Order: sequence, then structure tokens, then C-alpha cells
Amino acid sequence: MSSTGLAVEALGLRKRYGDKEALAGIDLAVPWGTVLGLLGPNGAGKTTTVKILTTLRRFDEGRATVAGFDVRREPARVRSRIGLVGQSAAVDEVLSGAQNLALFGRLFHLDRASARRRADELLERFGLADTGRLPVSQFSGGMRRRLDLAASLILAPPVLFLDEPTAGLDPRGRNEVWQSIRELAVAGTTVLLTTQYLEEADQLSDEISLIDEGRVIAEGSPGELKARLDRDYIAVVVRDADSLPAAAEIVGRVAVAVAEVDADRRVITAPVRNSVGALTDVVRALGDAEIEAEDIALRHPTLDEVFLTLTANERSIEEVAA
Amino acid sequence: MTTRVEVPDGPSARVRWALTDSWTMTERALAHWARQPWLVFMGIAFPLLILAMFLYLFGGGMTVPGGGEYRDFIVPGVFAVTMFFGVEATMTAVNADAARGVTERFRSMPMAPSATVAGRALADLLFSLLLLVILIGAGLLVGWNWHSGLGNAMHAFALLVLLRFAFIWVGIYLGLLVKGPEGIATVQVLVWPFVALSSVFTSPEHMPNWLGTIAEWNPVSTTLHASRELFGNPGATGSSWAAEHAELLAFAWPLAMIAVFFPLSVRAYRALGY
Repeated sequence: MSSTGLAVEALGLRKRYGDKEALAGIDLAVPWGTVLGLLGPNGAGKTTTVKILTTLRRFDEGRATVAGFDVRREPARVRSRIGLVGQSAAVDEVLSGAQNLALFGRLFHLDRASARRRADELLERFGLADTGRLPVSQFSGGMRRRLDLAASLILAPPVLFLDEPTAGLDPRGRNEVWQSIRELAVAGTTVLLTTQYLEEADQLSDEISLIDEGRVIAEGSPGELKARLDRDYIAVVVRDADSLPAAAEIVGRVAVAVAEVDADRRVITAPVRNSVGALTDVVRALGDAEIEAEDIALRHPTLDEVFLTLTANERSIEEVAA
Repeated sequence: MTTRVEVPDGPSARVRWALTDSWTMTERALAHWARQPWLVFMGIAFPLLILAMFLYLFGGGMTVPGGGEYRDFIVPGVFAVTMFFGVEATMTAVNADAARGVTERFRSMPMAPSATVAGRALADLLFSLLLLVILIGAGLLVGWNWHSGLGNAMHAFALLVLLRFAFIWVGIYLGLLVKGPEGIATVQVLVWPFVALSSVFTSPEHMPNWLGTIAEWNPVSTTLHASRELFGNPGATGSSWAAEHAELLAFAWPLAMIAVFFPLSVRAYRALGY
């Protein structure tokens, strides 16, 4: 076992598919018992990273350890310590939920009776006990994903990988899966989850690694990442759409970037630095110009805005370098 | 609950895991059939239809090389062609499975990597034994029989099962190799000229010279030639080297095919997704 105290560690992971560099040197460190959210857009390298860490893909360069074992040298030992929930539910469609879990239990080398007992326990825990002989092909999306999660927990693995665990689920299914993940995290399971939903990373993770184009571009707790932007947003709703240009000009005076105007909703939004001072200035200037406001509010940035700002910075740096 | 099942260290423990995992995967395939009885029904109905078609529709216009009853000629032919057509069922099942998310789970689990393909091979072998028993029953019903003793007949059945086992590995490899329905459809079309170019339905002696030679070397033909001889059924004629050494080739061909396609299949399975 490694003595680093990390459940997952990746150093400089690189992976090419032909000409395309999928991973350009990913570094990750997930302490035992924490939840890391790997957040990024489609094609950022999230799935490739998960597949490498779960021994499903080879990688070209770098080093990775999971649960203290080298992914490249001891894949079988890694496999007996991890659970994986992939993007599409990895369960047998023809068989029932109970048959699926018993099958996977047997393949984890539990004896027949233990495999069946464990299957019953997990079906109960994930609210699938009444599915009986119903084949998985007739399950709802949420039920399927819960079965998938249950299948990953047969050996109660210390490290769990979840690749976009709520993709394609309706809000109810998503809440069910979130609840299950929270319970696992509370019970001490180390979780590495990928998502392109910023809210999801915010809700579930202790730490977030933002990745884009195969690299980690920022990391920290959700609060830290939001604070990194060092700016708040001011939003002004005007009563009369005709006053939008004048109001936008006023907001623009205090903003640190171009104000966005949503004509349909009569909203002007802009990032500001000295938020309280900016708010006072805007209120006074609107009064002087006799523009009637329905609402004026200050808010913290969303992770979306953090993400877009950080990736935009990256791109402009690259363009300058090029 | 924290259960840790350690990866076995010694080679004998590894073999034990490979065997139990293979059997678990065989049980999975059997459970699939139990839940999809129409698939099993179609698998059984197809060779019976071929038997009926050749016996009652085409049989009247056929002459048996060297003389004899057409039904004594065609029944072993249907045995052989059924063993060969299994390649399609195996390929389709393997291909569908490889495309499913569940294969990704198998690969992320601490199970023996060879078990997925070995389990499939064993399940398909069990099914072809069932098929062969049903076909023997059907053959006896329509008046076919063996004429050289039960021992020789059993020997012939064993050769037919060996042929099926060899084609299972071809099927597994093709199933892992081809991508999507176009690949499957291509193979489904190509199996027909493959059996037409054999001694199943007609004698290679009736074919143009060079085509007849290919037909006599066809592994389906060599096994069938040996089986017809062992059954004491007509049609085991021909003077090429392949025809005269059919019994040797009925062993050599399948063994060579297994030696090539078993390692290729395991390798292709491991390389899935890389």
C-alpha cells in the first residue's frame, strides 16, 4: 500500500488518439474519503481519464495509482478495489436486477449464497427490491442507473468512479442518484466523479478540478473557485424596455467587462469588482436619469461563469503565445 | 460490508478463477436463453427447415454421387451445415455483447479476461450438442440411419462437434472484429457461398474442376466426408488428396482453426476499447 494518503493519484497523464491529444498531462490527487469533481465540457478528457484510472485504457505517459496500486503494473489489484459507473448503464438488459447483481457478485468471486444475499441487500438499499423478475430493459432510466450504482458497490469498494452519473436522467432520477452518492461519501467512500453540470460538481464535491482540452486548468473547493474570480455580478431589471440602452450605459460605467443586455427580460447583467460601491453608484445614476428599475441585485458568480472565464483566459493566453 | 477478494497469486489459483468465471459466464448465456425462448426456438427450427427443404423440395432432382439414397446423403450434410452455421449465432451474440455497456463492467472487474469468451464458447457448444441430438432424432424419423455401427457413428458425431467448436472461435473472433450491423450482414451473406462450395448439398465432382478442389478442401467438406464414411452413408467420394485424407483433415482443420482463433479472440477481447 502507498503511504501517500491518497486514494487516487495521477501525475502527468498523457494519451493520444492518432493526431489528437486527448490528455495533455493531467495531474490529480484525491485524498481518502473525499469527493473530487472532474468538471469540463464534452471532449475535455474526462471519460478518458476515468477509463485510464479504472484500467480500461492504456496511457502513453505519466503515472497513476489507485487505492495504493500502480494502474499499469497491477491492474487486477486495482480492479478489486474500485467500482465504476460508466456513462451508459453497464448492466445486462436481458436479465432481472437480482440476476444482474448475483452475476456480478459471482464474478467478484463471492460464493453463490453470498452473491444472492448481497444482491438482495443492494436491491433493498436502492429501492429496487420490488422489481422481481422484470428485465432491466423495462427499467426507467433512474432505476437502471441505480442498479448500475448498486452493481458497482457489491464489494463495497473503497474508491468509486462515476462517469457523468446523471447524464440523461430526469430531475427526479438525478436527485435519487445524488442522494445515493452523498450517502456513500458520508460513509467514507472516496469518489471521483465527472460531470459537465456545474451545479452537480458544486453540490457533490469537496474539491473540483476544472479540465479543458486534456489539462487541469484550475482546482480548489467550489467556494475557492468562485472566490478566484474576485468579482460579483450586478443585475438590473428596468420597467420600460426603451430605457435599456441608457441603463446599460450607466451599468457599463462601473462594470469590469461589457454589460450583457437581455432585451426580452429587460435585464442588464455585468461583473463588478467593488460590489457595494458599484451598487450605490448604479442606484444613484439611475435615479438621476429618471430610469425606473423593477429590481436591482448583486449575486456571486455561478460556476458556469467561473468556468467560462477561466477557459477564456486560457485560450487568450494560448493565442498570445501562438 | 467490506469484502475483499484478493487476486490469486499462484498459477493454479488463477486457473481456478478462470474456470469458475467461465462457468459463471456460461450460466449467464443460459439465463439469456431461458429468458428469450423464441431465440432458442428459431435456432432449432432453422436447421429442421433446411433438412425439410432439401429432403422434400430439392431432393427429387438430386443424384447421389456413387449411388444411394439422397436422404442418407443429405442428413449428415445438414448435421455439418448446422455445426457451421453456428458461426453466425456466436458472432452475433459476441458482437451485440461487445457493444453493450455491460462488457465495460466485465473489463473493470477482477475477473479472468479469458472468461468472457470461454463462457460464450462453452454455452454455444452446449447448445450445439442439443441441436445435434434433435437433428439426429429428426434424421432417424425421416428414415436416415448409420450403417457401420454405433461406435463409428459416435466417432462421426464427435468430429461434427469438434468442427462446431472450431467455428465457435472463428465466430467469437469475427464478433469482436466486425463493427456494427453492416459487418454482421456481410458475414451472414458470405456463409452461403461458403457452404455452397462444399460437399453438403451436392458433390464437388459436379463442380468445375478448380471449384471442386476448393470445395473438397473446405473444412466443412472434410469433416462431412469423414462423417459420411463413418456413418456408412453415400457421398464420400472424390479422388483429391483432401478427399482421400478426409479423416486426418477432419482433425487437423478444426485444431488448426482453434490454434489460430482462440488466441486471436482473447487478444481482441483484451484490446476492446484500447
